[in-house]
Amino acid sequence: MNIQEAKFEYLLRLGDSSLIIGHRLSEWCGHGPILEEDIALINIALDFVGNATSILAYAGQTEGNGRDEDALAYLRSEREFRNLLITEQPNGDYANTIARQFLFDTYMFFLYEELKNSKDETLAAIAVKSHKEITYHLRHTTEWMYRLGDGTAESHERLQNGLNDLWMFTPEMFDMDEVDALLIKEGIVPDLNKVKASWEKRVKEVIAEATLKLPETTFKQKGSREGKHSEHLGFLLAEMQYVHRSFPDSNW
Amino acid sequence: MDFIMTTYSKDQIFNLLSEIPDPEIPVINIIDLGILRDVKFENNLCTVVITPTYTGCPAMKVIEDDIRCKLKEIGIENIKVELVFSPAWTTDWISEEAKEKLRAYGIAPPDHSTVDKKVLLGKARELKCPLCGSIHTEMISQFGSTACKALYRCLDCKEPFDYFKCL
Repeated sequence: MNIQEAKFEYLLRLGDSSLIIGHRLSEWCGHGPILEEDIALINIALDFVGNATSILAYAGQTEGNGRDEDALAYLRSEREFRNLLITEQPNGDYANTIARQFLFDTYMFFLYEELKNSKDETLAAIAVKSHKEITYHLRHTTEWMYRLGDGTAESHERLQNGLNDLWMFTPEMFDMDEVDALLIKEGIVPDLNKVKASWEKRVKEVIAEATLKLPETTFKQKGSREGKHSEHLGFLLAEMQYVHRSFPDSNW
Repeated sequence: MDFIMTTYSKDQIFNLLSEIPDPEIPVINIIDLGILRDVKFENNLCTVVITPTYTGCPAMKVIEDDIRCKLKEIGIENIKVELVFSPAWTTDWISEEAKEKLRAYGIAPPDHSTVDKKVLLGKARELKCPLCGSIHTEMISQFGSTACKALYRCLDCKEPFDYFKCL
């Protein structure tokens, strides 16, 4: 594997995670518990899809086979997607969505903070831009963690259940392989151990303040790096890609 | 073609493009907002450099189309619209004049520099209601009608209003 191949693979991982979680969030459109939350979730979804557009466009340029962001988003099947498993998990109830967003937004926040220092200029520029947006997302989901966790008995229980169910997908966020090793050496991407330390500290603080318990699950579910996904991704892609595949190359 | 290109200066093009309003906030134009970054002429090509306010801003496509239309009106046909992310757009680029236009339109402008990190991290101070001027206001939601705005309400005149978030 050379640097270019590693970079393409890494960009797919970044871009796919944003695209898939953005699409998942967009499913809340018209279903939010209150109007303001409906709008907030869709705003956040839009930022994620925007971030995915820039990253996948850059992935396509890096690959150099003429694929643009649309080709990468709409014309790959689930085995070719590299998004983290946590991003494709169904929305569940509102507390479940908040738990997922909190775990993932915190990860994004610390990861993109490091990516701002990338020696790759384009990646660094996207990271600077996205990090500002992620800061807003994280603030929002963290506030909901406190409100639901330290709220009623029912909101507390639902949020705790959400955290417990999603916990097994979190170790995968910090997995590193040959791709990371190559790019870390070039100063293009950060060592995820650093991100992991910040993530763990912050997640523990918020969980404690929200009167919740740190999940005890030690089981780790992995697979996204090899394109092994949960069954949910196929259904999501079927819906997301339907129009593009039915009317190839059509424009609005 | 060459002739047409060289008959316009960069300032003239900027002037022309200042007629393009932001599609979602029509009282300010794309220069007021800091979206238009540069105009370059090279050989036969006119390159217009723009930057998005938010990465997912759906208005960028409309702005790109508006730029092409405007330039075609004066006979420039060979156009490239380039999207750049660096330096990242910030509300600090919105001119004072544009902030006043926002306020008059009913949108509270970003009133602190993002250099003050407290603003980004949620410790914003009181905001003035753009309608009655009261500082007795509260935030309803951090996410408003567009990606760049938050929703507030005035506790005195009771009117809800948009706030252009610091970024």
